[in-house]
Amino acid sequence: MMGDSHIGFIFAAYAVAVATIGAMIGWVVLDFRRLNTQLEQATRALDGARGGAKGNLGLD
Amino acid sequence: MVNLANPTAFVELTRRVLPWLVAATAVLFVAGLWLSFAAPPDYQQGETVKIMYLHVPAAWMATFVYAVMTAAALGTLVWRHPLADAAQKAAAPLGAGFTFICLVTGSLWGKPMWGTYWVWDARLTSVLVLFILYLGLIALWRAIDDPGRAAKAAAILTLVGAVDLPIIKFSVDWWNTLHQPASVFRLDGPTIAPELLMPLIVMSLAFTCLFLTLHLMAIRNEILRRRIARVTMLAAVEGDRLAPEFAARGA
Repeated sequence: MMGDSHIGFIFAAYAVAVATIGAMIGWVVLDFRRLNTQLEQATRALDGARGGAKGNLGLD
Repeated sequence: MVNLANPTAFVELTRRVLPWLVAATAVLFVAGLWLSFAAPPDYQQGETVKIMYLHVPAAWMATFVYAVMTAAALGTLVWRHPLADAAQKAAAPLGAGFTFICLVTGSLWGKPMWGTYWVWDARLTSVLVLFILYLGLIALWRAIDDPGRAAKAAAILTLVGAVDLPIIKFSVDWWNTLHQPASVFRLDGPTIAPELLMPLIVMSLAFTCLFLTLHLMAIRNEILRRRIARVTMLAAVEGDRLAPEFAARGA
């Protein structure tokens, strides 16, 4: 196969496919990690607002 | 039976199914690539036929993903399924990725076989239109802030764009194109040699499993995005509700 005159086109096609599939996987995985962090922060903010408010107002 | 309309149940389902799908995708890709590189060269195209094992599965997935999005668009507009718009939004970047692979590998296959990277024939042009549709849908989702309005607009555009699917499929029959006609999905059976067909089938299964895996993960991401919006809004409402009490106490 390596002696084929069009080997460059074959390698280029596989490289593009690997890069694109890698980008798709990276987009989904990194987005998941980022969203998990955001959800934790938002949940902490909500808990803080509720818990902090109760404490300050003497509602516990 | 899992209630797929319930986002929490859906997330739980993805948690259980994803490890199996990831494993199946990896095994199929290893087997498919091994079979592809072990397959004999084509009698006319030589080793360049190896590009087919990427190009054809990517082309099938490009149209399959759009068909999934069309079903999801109907789910949004007709049945108002709570996860249909998430499924549609999550599929668009994946469809764009597969269409990009299809276009670039086709171009890299065309140069040595046809003598040109690109011709404006019906098949190539209709696939390019599909790629632009995917990009348009991604842009539309980002352009409209209200998720409900964005979902409806995207669903309508998806349904309008679905007319491109039969054009892609039958373009090689309806018009005189440089692209070859169908050689696998034919009424009289595949015309491709079995030694070349087997790696193609395995690679197509690998691409399908990859899409299912990434689509489930991307839908789960959309569910997370909605939860973040809801929790953030709740935190803001709580803050607003309690602010006067804080002020009164401070005073």
